[in-house]
Amino acid sequence: MTEGLKTAGEHDATAMQVVMIGLGEEKFALDAGLVREIIDPVPVTKVAGARSFVPSVINVRGNVIPLADLRIRFGMQQVDNSADTRIVVIEIEIDGEPVLVGVTADKVYEVTEISQANVQQTPRVGMHWKPEFIRFITKWREEFVIVPNMERILN
Amino acid sequence: MNVMDPTEVFRQEAAELFEVLEGALLDLGQRPDDRELVDSAFRALHTIKGSGAMFGFDKVASFTHEFETAFDRVRKGEIKPTQELISVALAAKDYIRALIEEPQSTDDIIGEAILDDLKRFVGADVPASAAPAAAPVEVQAESKQAGWQLHLEFETHILRNGSNPLDLLEDLAKIGPCFVVPVTDGVPYLDEMEPEDCYLKWDVTLHAACDKAAIDDVFMFVQDEMKLTLSPLEHAEAPAPLPLFQLLEEEQIPLQPAEMPAPAAEAAPVAPVASEPVKQAASQPEAKREAAPRREDAKRDDRGIATVRVQAERLDELMDRVGELVIAQARLTQLASAGSDLSIKMIAEEIERLASSLRDTTMGARMVPIGSLFGRFRRLVHDLSRDLSKPVEFVTAGEDTELDKTMIECLADPLVHLIRNAIDHGIEDTAARTAAGKTEQGRIELQAVHSGAQVLVTVKDNGGGLNTARIRAKAEEQGLIAPGAALSDHEIHQFLFHPGFSTAQTISALSGRGVGMDVVKRTIENMRGTIDLSTRPGQGTTVTLRLPLTLAIIEGLLIRVGEGRYIIPLSAVEECIELTAEDDRSRGRNFLNVRGKLVPFLRLRQILTVSGTPDQHQKTIIISTGETHVGLVADQIIGNHQTVIKSLSKLHSDVTIFSGATILGDGTAALILDVAQLVALAQSQTEKHISEAA
Repeated sequence: MTEGLKTAGEHDATAMQVVMIGLGEEKFALDAGLVREIIDPVPVTKVAGARSFVPSVINVRGNVIPLADLRIRFGMQQVDNSADTRIVVIEIEIDGEPVLVGVTADKVYEVTEISQANVQQTPRVGMHWKPEFIRFITKWREEFVIVPNMERILN
Repeated sequence: MNVMDPTEVFRQEAAELFEVLEGALLDLGQRPDDRELVDSAFRALHTIKGSGAMFGFDKVASFTHEFETAFDRVRKGEIKPTQELISVALAAKDYIRALIEEPQSTDDIIGEAILDDLKRFVGADVPASAAPAAAPVEVQAESKQAGWQLHLEFETHILRNGSNPLDLLEDLAKIGPCFVVPVTDGVPYLDEMEPEDCYLKWDVTLHAACDKAAIDDVFMFVQDEMKLTLSPLEHAEAPAPLPLFQLLEEEQIPLQPAEMPAPAAEAAPVAPVASEPVKQAASQPEAKREAAPRREDAKRDDRGIATVRVQAERLDELMDRVGELVIAQARLTQLASAGSDLSIKMIAEEIERLASSLRDTTMGARMVPIGSLFGRFRRLVHDLSRDLSKPVEFVTAGEDTELDKTMIECLADPLVHLIRNAIDHGIEDTAARTAAGKTEQGRIELQAVHSGAQVLVTVKDNGGGLNTARIRAKAEEQGLIAPGAALSDHEIHQFLFHPGFSTAQTISALSGRGVGMDVVKRTIENMRGTIDLSTRPGQGTTVTLRLPLTLAIIEGLLIRVGEGRYIIPLSAVEECIELTAEDDRSRGRNFLNVRGKLVPFLRLRQILTVSGTPDQHQKTIIISTGETHVGLVADQIIGNHQTVIKSLSKLHSDVTIFSGATILGDGTAALILDVAQLVALAQSQTEKHISEAA
């Protein structure tokens, strides 16, 4: 599958395979290359004393991995799990080592392609998010979507 | 499957043999009369020589051979192994090691110098390449001969060692034209024949004007396993066959390697009939002669069967699989106990038993006795004691204490530092010791013991002890403390772990550069261990390393605090008691009275920031690390749990009170409490209370 994605991406040098997820009112596009799997919500275990954006750990097929909450990083309201809630397991590098992290998503829309040609300048004003958390903002079906910088967010 | 590089196999094997060799040589220094040690050193040398030749390390093989030859008089008991001789032998061992590990950077001159030394110590009269005991060669080497008459008898097991007599004959034929006659009198009846044994002997007439040494070279690597009789030929043209073989004389053929097996095969069935009396006669002395070396070989074989070399990654993989199995088994057990099917329950119990014994076995496979590490330091002590001219007695205890292999490897460097420090700084020089009324010989003890969930490794010297005043002065000089600050001796000693801190007044090649103790401390702490110093002026210093048994699976006690479930390593649990209403109410003092002893306790609900009301009957789990006991107050004690330790990711590396996580029977993750950290937390809280009160 990964193979297929790569070939598809080569059609257009500026195209990017992403997994479109919803957090609160916003849509985020996660680089499909980072995503390992998408699972239904599982019971979480709270880690006392951990930083607020990685409050817990979960068991994903025999591995205990941290569960990150991007909503906290983006200052959004926390909502209870709904029927649409999913956990997106991504692999990122922390201090040069690959680490699996689960990310809670209010909804997972689809795997799609966005074009980096439509990249918008990240506005300096009018945003209540730290600019360093955002790789870029682009347009997708007449909507603005945020491509987050996961390494920065989780470090 | 990956195929291992055969050279790498040899290197690994050699590394083990070097350890054996070094150990034997060092022991020999203390017990010069122990024949067993001489023999084990020789066995190691011999194997290095043989395998070295097999893998193309010709330099190694020839140097080892020379070494062996020179050392032979020790084996024969003609001379005693002196300290000097042991030192040279150790240098020779190092040289062989260098030849194997980094052949480019070694120089033949070093090797020659070592051999010269060796020969000087064992007596100058040892010829450079005299064959060892098994080959009594009495022939004077006349420089030029018309040829040689050789009689070759190999030990019957020679083929099993990978040597092929036919190849040797082929090599011999390269020197000059050979006439080879197999001697079949040793061949037994067919039904008594071991297919892997070599029963044939050979008579060879070599028509070549060569040195005896050239012939010795051919048999260099098997000469301990054969009997080679050499006699010079009087005249080139007249090969003089022994009368016994006159019958076969017309069959003498020039050696053609391809044809060699043929005569052997043909000869076999004939032999019993033709030469029965001869065989009887011949086998008698042969049996006697072989008795001694055979015993030696039997030992070697035993060792071969007793250990199998396995790559560490495979053990890790196995451990992972066992871990998953244990998790699956826990789920099965939970499912079975919830249902009412008796037969499922029986199977679940059976699997539980099997999984637990499989776990123990797998874990055992990763455990290595710490003695393998201790062995390395004997050399270090020996060399340091010589270089610093401080006679030191090195005593080790608890070699069979087992630790995870990775832990043992991490321990090597810190221990080197500690032992160096002990000899260089700890042990006084001879004059000072005599003045202090101590024995001239210093003493360093290296000890390992199990203590609960930990292994304690101590390095103890009987030297002068730490100079607290000097450490203090140095700390003041470096601006680490204000002059005259009130500090306990223990606190002052902690400065030794400060980076760049050294009180050695002269910088020796060994220590005093101020790197070391801080690195030691960091390494030990990375292993989740602790380091402790204690000293008595004039009597010595003891450094204690407390190391956890970091294992992949532990027995745990599953507890509940609020909604969350946590694991406490069972090995740290002393007892579980109920928190009495009286203890619970007294918020001011967090102490329990356990059979007359005061034990501080921590409320896990507070530490784990659990909201809501606690259960009515709170339980206290008394845990211990070393001497300290601490009570942990939980809502419920659920029971034993086979805990597969999963490390927490880097995102949670800032959380210190958990040492890892595990997966419970229902598939949820549970965190493992780090007992040492909790105890430290309890201590710091107590100190805070006291300082607040004061």
